[in-house]
Amino acid sequence: MDSLNTYLFIAAILFSLGLFGVITRRNGVAVLMGIELILNAANLNFLAFAKYGGMNIVGHIFALFVIIMAAAEAAVALAIIINIYNNFRTINIDDVRELQQ
Amino acid sequence: MTGNMIMDYSLLILFLPLAAFVIQIFIGKRLPRQGDWVSISAVITTLILAIAMFASMLIGHDPEFAQEASFTWLDMGAFHIELGFLVDNITITMLLVVALISTMTHIFSIKYLEGDIRYSRYFAYLGLFTFSMNGIVLANNLISMYMFWELVGVSSFLLIGHWFEKESAADAAKKAFLTNRVGDIGFFIGIMLIFSTLGTFVFSEIFDGIAAGKMGGTVLTFAGLGLFLGAMAKSSQFPLHIWLPDAMEGPTPVSALMHAATMVAAGVYLCVRLFPLFTPDALLVIAYVGGFTALFAATIAITQNDIKKVLAYSTVSQLGYMILSVGTGAYIAGFFHLVTHAMFKACLFYGSGSVIHAMHHALHKKHDHETDPQDMRNMGGFKNKMPVTYWAMLISTLAISGVPLFSGFLSKDAILAGTLSFASHHPTHFLLPVFGFGAAAITAFYMFRLIFMTFHGQPQIAEIADDIHESPKEMTFPLILLSSMSIFIFYTLPYFNPFSDHGWFTELIIASDAAVPGNPSAHYIAEGVHHAHYTAMALSLFVAALGIFLSWTFYYKKKLSADEWSEKLKPMYNLSLNKYFFDENYNRFLYQPFLKLSGLVAYIDWDLYDKYFINGFGRVTKVLSFFTGRLDYDGLDQTIVDGIGRSVRQAGGILKFLQTGRLQSYLLFALLGVVIIVLVQSF
Amino acid sequence: MDINILSWIIWIPIIGMVAIAFVPRENVLLIKIVTAVATGIQFLATIGLWSRFDASNGGFQFMERAEWIPSFNITYILGVDGLSLPMVILTGLLFFLGTFVSWKIDRAHKGYFALFLLLDTGVMGVFLSLDFFLFFIFWEVMLLPMYFLIGMWGGPQREYAAIKFFLYTLFGSVLILIAILALYFTCGMTFDMILLMQTAPTALDGVMWWGMSAVKVIWVMLFIGFAIKIPVFPFHTWLPLVHVEAPTAISVILAGILLKLGVYGILRINYTMLPVAVWWFAGALALLGLINVIWGALCALAQKDLKKLVAYSSVNHMGYLLIGMAAVIAAGEVNGNNLLAAQAGLGGAVFQMFNHGTISAMLFILVGVIYDRAHHRNIEGFGGLATSMPIYSGIVAVAFFAGLGLPGLSGFISEAMCFIGAFPVFKAIVIASTIGILLNAAYFLWAFQRIFMGELNEKYKELPEINKMELFTVVPLLVITLFFGIYPRPFLDLISSTMNVIIDKIAGFGSIAGAF
Repeated sequence: MDSLNTYLFIAAILFSLGLFGVITRRNGVAVLMGIELILNAANLNFLAFAKYGGMNIVGHIFALFVIIMAAAEAAVALAIIINIYNNFRTINIDDVRELQQ
Repeated sequence: MTGNMIMDYSLLILFLPLAAFVIQIFIGKRLPRQGDWVSISAVITTLILAIAMFASMLIGHDPEFAQEASFTWLDMGAFHIELGFLVDNITITMLLVVALISTMTHIFSIKYLEGDIRYSRYFAYLGLFTFSMNGIVLANNLISMYMFWELVGVSSFLLIGHWFEKESAADAAKKAFLTNRVGDIGFFIGIMLIFSTLGTFVFSEIFDGIAAGKMGGTVLTFAGLGLFLGAMAKSSQFPLHIWLPDAMEGPTPVSALMHAATMVAAGVYLCVRLFPLFTPDALLVIAYVGGFTALFAATIAITQNDIKKVLAYSTVSQLGYMILSVGTGAYIAGFFHLVTHAMFKACLFYGSGSVIHAMHHALHKKHDHETDPQDMRNMGGFKNKMPVTYWAMLISTLAISGVPLFSGFLSKDAILAGTLSFASHHPTHFLLPVFGFGAAAITAFYMFRLIFMTFHGQPQIAEIADDIHESPKEMTFPLILLSSMSIFIFYTLPYFNPFSDHGWFTELIIASDAAVPGNPSAHYIAEGVHHAHYTAMALSLFVAALGIFLSWTFYYKKKLSADEWSEKLKPMYNLSLNKYFFDENYNRFLYQPFLKLSGLVAYIDWDLYDKYFINGFGRVTKVLSFFTGRLDYDGLDQTIVDGIGRSVRQAGGILKFLQTGRLQSYLLFALLGVVIIVLVQSF
Repeated sequence: MDINILSWIIWIPIIGMVAIAFVPRENVLLIKIVTAVATGIQFLATIGLWSRFDASNGGFQFMERAEWIPSFNITYILGVDGLSLPMVILTGLLFFLGTFVSWKIDRAHKGYFALFLLLDTGVMGVFLSLDFFLFFIFWEVMLLPMYFLIGMWGGPQREYAAIKFFLYTLFGSVLILIAILALYFTCGMTFDMILLMQTAPTALDGVMWWGMSAVKVIWVMLFIGFAIKIPVFPFHTWLPLVHVEAPTAISVILAGILLKLGVYGILRINYTMLPVAVWWFAGALALLGLINVIWGALCALAQKDLKKLVAYSSVNHMGYLLIGMAAVIAAGEVNGNNLLAAQAGLGGAVFQMFNHGTISAMLFILVGVIYDRAHHRNIEGFGGLATSMPIYSGIVAVAFFAGLGLPGLSGFISEAMCFIGAFPVFKAIVIASTIGILLNAAYFLWAFQRIFMGELNEKYKELPEINKMELFTVVPLLVITLFFGIYPRPFLDLISSTMNVIIDKIAGFGSIAGAF
């Protein structure tokens, strides 16, 4: 069994799960969790390519950046959600349709 | 006297009056006596210089004497004009005449114009006139002749219009200038014809060119007639005579100087100077114009009652004589008459001025401003009140009538002899002597009529008769001097034969041959005149006696009543009294239609052409722009430009429903897009 | 020349204009002084130019040349010759005097004098530039200030007059521009006028556009463009209107200089670049001259407004000039190499340009004087003014006599030269136009009689005499008129070399003109 394909396959499943979560969940926090899954799928891919695809240390560095970015993103997104809750008394994103004109 | 001195003297004579003019114009008013002494001393100096030149001419006794000098006036390479002076015996004689009459006029004017509001101006203009007249006399070429010719016209305009507050004076001034301009057109065309053929303006070169056959035939005839048209206007020949009688609106001394003695003689002088270039055809026209004018003007003079008008028409008539003599070839006789006429006619005008002056003062004393001081019907019996004036005028009248012992007899006789000789060579032109002798008879008649009406008989207005006095010395001195100049000896010295014009004049001033090949030589003409001399003398004595006798019976003895005869000859009398209705007809058939034409042209130009045609472009553009504006706004802008915007907006209205505002649905769309791309890629 | 005197002459007024921009609008006197100083220096510079000018040289002198827009062959070229020098001096003089004529302007001084100086630069630029592009720019620069000067400081109908003037002249400019471009593209892609004078006469040989000879097409376009400025009948009707509405100083500049620009353009461009067509057009030119003389004089005779009369007299006087210009073909072989007549005619035309500049300027200043006092210009409404204003009427008399061509005053000589020159070639036309001699006298004298002679109109008994400032503006012109009238040689010496160059050129093309 080719080990790169295994990694990619797992990462794809992980990505699909994340995407599914983002699209279907109503709860803002759950949507965030979906995004985390997508990011981790990407991390997995980076590491896989680092090991098998010749990206070497660059892949590791990218993974590290993604983790740091994900942490920051989580912090900001959670702050936004708290703000949304403060304004709308809900975190159900279907009720927050400010983007529609 | 050397040639250089002659030139210097001539230049001084020319420019002294100009200097007086300049001084008078700028500071005349501020000088003591309004500066009249400046002008008078200037002209007296010119008189002394002229006498000196004249004396040297008599002493030198050289008929061929001639001096020329010139300078380059403008120069463009091929085209250049030299202005210059020609001094010969004719010039010297003429300079003396101008200087003498001008000096007399200045002296006469001191009293005549005393207290005038524009006293210094008057003397200034006299200076300008004297300058320009001397310029004409000295010119040796057509350009300077033309220039001074016009300047003379201007000074005439200014002096006729001296009392411009009177509408009639202003009109007369304008009329004089414009009539002269008509002549100037001809003069200028003549100059152009000559210059374009011969390439020169200088008299002697023109004559040489014509003698060499470079110019001739019809062109030369027309050139000569063009130049003669100028002379006609200046010398007031029919049908351009209309301005001279009106010019009497000017002060009387001016009439004496310009409109009797010198300026109007400029036309004759021009013909005398240019005589060699006239072709036989041109000369014939000149002769007829002159002869007809002589008779025509004389018939008008008979019936005039204004003393100055009589003299004015008499001047026209006498100028006709001079022109006639040019036409018949005996032009030296014409010049002779010019000189003698200048003396006695100026004297007659001073005499009339003296009478008018006396009348004016007498009427003024009676506070009578209605009675016309120039009307002879208001005079009569002044003989004893104004003896000097009377005798001076009588002598001049005898001279103009052609009575022996006086100068007019000699010169008139020479002209008539020339005319007779011409008619004997060309019997078809028998009318010319008829004109001449007819005019001589009538001249004697109306001149004595003037004397009798003014000085003899009973005063017509008794209440002013006591206040008529002789004029002051300043006015009688010119009268005495000029009337004595009408005595024959001044012209026949060193001989004393009162019946022959043989003297210094005929010896020193000789005719030059015509330059036109085929014209009779001067000698041939002189022979003819000599042969006709005694016939002419007898005839002219007869007609003069006839005229004087008739006048005596009508106006002195009153054997025949002038009123009855005028009643009998009513139609002719009216024609003469109204000057053959020339002014009225000119006005009706020339001036008025012309003014209407100019009004019409101005109307077409401004109210039709500009308003409708030129502005029409603007209006058409405006209409066009209205349509293009509509097309632009309604068509282009509103439908097409705005149309695009509108359709985009509508499309947006529909598409906005895709915008749910839900992040998740956007993500779904993105996913859908990815799926589509993948699908498209894989096929 | 190191000091580039021509550039200085052109740009000094602009310096003055900038200086005026920094003067507060209330300080009227300073504005006027700045204008007077700028135009005064410029006038002195033109005098300096004259003193160093070499009259024996018929070519261009004091040349200046600088790169400008090399990609289109546009160069900054200046130069002066015997044709432009008299006009440059006249421009310097009239703008200097015009400043004092404008002294009585009563509103918006800052704008007025600034525009006045801009106009000065435009006019000088046209006379001095030898590059077509530069020429055209100055030509248009001149137009704009005129529009505002008439439209803002003019009489009651000023807007109408300004727009009419602007559009009429612009129409001409368009034709000139097209002609310039046509010459540019057919004669070696250059705007250099000196170069074009050499190449253009032959470059267009046999070129046909739309079945017409290209030379003729370009000639006519240029001619119409310039004829509007002169103005030649039938393009003349803007002139009386604009004169009547324009303030006095602008009338003076307009009649004195701007009308001459048209003549200058024809002599500078049509005559030297398209000499063949001169042969073709000379007859028409003389005929137009005749019409101008007669038509202008008849119209002038009928006028009631003194200023309009003087304006029509300009139309009349320009006619003599056109006749003189046409005389140039006398020098050709067909006309018997009559160099004499050609010199008289062309010299007379250029002399007339100058003389009309001084005489008409004088006339307009004098009309302005009486208008300032009586507040109307109706000829019939005066009468007997010679009694109340003797000095003024004396000066008017001299000016009128100059206008009617009295010998002893400069107008006579130039008119006589035009006639004498044209006579051998156009006998009938010249003879017909000598009637102008009479008509001129008629309208001037009649007007003089109605205004100054006769009973004194009681209304104008107390009219103040002409003052010192007004005398200062008139007397120099009077002296020039008198001086050249008595002794014209200095002027003709100045121009004759250049005239001979032009005549030679046109005469040289006489032999092929028949086939053309």
